[in-house]
Amino acid sequence: MHNGILLTAAGWIRDILTFLFGNELLVNILMTLVGIGAIISVILTSAIVFTYAERKVCAFMQVRIGPNRVGGRFGLLQPVADMLKLMSKEDIIPNGCDRVVWSLSPMLLFVPSALIYSFFPFDDGAILADVNVGLFLLLAISSQAVLPFLMGGYASNSKYAMIGGMRTVAQMLSYEAPMAFSLIGVVMLTGSMKMSAIVEAQATHTWFVLLQPIAFVIYLITATAETNRTPFDLVEDESEIVAGPFTEYSGMRWALFFLAEYANLLSISILTTTLFLGGWHGPVLPGAVWFWLKVLVMIFVFMWFRWTFPRTRIDQMLSFSWKVLLPLALVNMLLTGVGIYLYQSLC
Amino acid sequence: MQVIIFRKGIFMGDFGGLGIFFAIALIFPVMALIPAFLLQPRQPTKEKGIPYECGVDTVGKTYVQYRIGYFLYALIFVVFDIETVFLYPWAVRFGQLGLFALLEMFVFVGILAMGLWYAWKKGALSWK
Repeated sequence: MHNGILLTAAGWIRDILTFLFGNELLVNILMTLVGIGAIISVILTSAIVFTYAERKVCAFMQVRIGPNRVGGRFGLLQPVADMLKLMSKEDIIPNGCDRVVWSLSPMLLFVPSALIYSFFPFDDGAILADVNVGLFLLLAISSQAVLPFLMGGYASNSKYAMIGGMRTVAQMLSYEAPMAFSLIGVVMLTGSMKMSAIVEAQATHTWFVLLQPIAFVIYLITATAETNRTPFDLVEDESEIVAGPFTEYSGMRWALFFLAEYANLLSISILTTTLFLGGWHGPVLPGAVWFWLKVLVMIFVFMWFRWTFPRTRIDQMLSFSWKVLLPLALVNMLLTGVGIYLYQSLC
Repeated sequence: MQVIIFRKGIFMGDFGGLGIFFAIALIFPVMALIPAFLLQPRQPTKEKGIPYECGVDTVGKTYVQYRIGYFLYALIFVVFDIETVFLYPWAVRFGQLGLFALLEMFVFVGILAMGLWYAWKKGALSWK
């Protein structure tokens, strides 16, 4: 049995803690806190890196230079400057808003986006909650992100926010159905909803992107829509409804929406890697390195989408989900079923 | 392999870790807001709080009524989301059940496709 880098490090921390405290229950709780701390630091680091990376990628795609003033020629300190700016901005509370619902919305949005990270296998065995309903629970938790958007849109006392909130609900609900149906193919091939089992199945057979190409394409499209990124960013399209549900938020509260958005971008990239691209498995290099290489490629792909596709219209977008993607996902499920049955009866 | 991070059966298992994470995820945004609360200037004026509409004062009520179309999509979604609850356990056992599961699948997807077809013909899927 070979252990990954992350699990070896966790083992060392556990040894130190056992030496210091001795009590096994206490060490277990502390190790959970270490795991949670690691996940939250991954989310925060990704938000810092992505604000910079997205601007640079955008700039290069539009033949511009991008941030180049703060922190040397490459503008490396731009995220720090952004952070300081957001921290020191005045927190403007709009007139006539529903105070409690309005202030709860950005806080609650962070919860589902962070919680789904506990199901991601970052390396061999490095997974916070490897439960046997993993993928299903992940979908259930991530769909809770609809509610904070609706709360923010409703409570802001602004027409733009209201329209944005309603669009969020329609869009995220419509694209969740094909996403759930497309991932059924992966579960059928694996015979388990456990995330570690899905990665193991891809190591023994082959990457699921080869066995489930239709599901992969459907997943990419629905994931882009679920995270409200272009071409499906009707929720916050700046040229129509200013910023959608975030219109009336400023300063740190707005930053929390932004943090959740980048946490979602990272989580869909990780999910694509885990479900379709073989997770942390790969030759020569250690598992954690392979994992992050694949994830970074996926993040670049999603940024590429954002800066090359034009925005769709809401009626086109909703009918595309229900009339094209959902039937396609059902057909994919039937094909997978027939395929598995033929494979089993022939071999 | 899981053992080193969180030993099973001794504490609360995997769901225990999830519960602790849930509590921390609830507290974390508050912790992020506290330094901003200490740093930021506070000069609220009446004009600052006006709902933003590109510099123009709002006309009429801001709590506008939403389109019924959104509600229809939500209704269809509920139907299909419940179908997934049934399909996932079935998908897990598919490999073991053989021909029975395959035939069952065609019946189930047939019923589902009929529901979708009905909604389509009724015009629930098109934006009016």
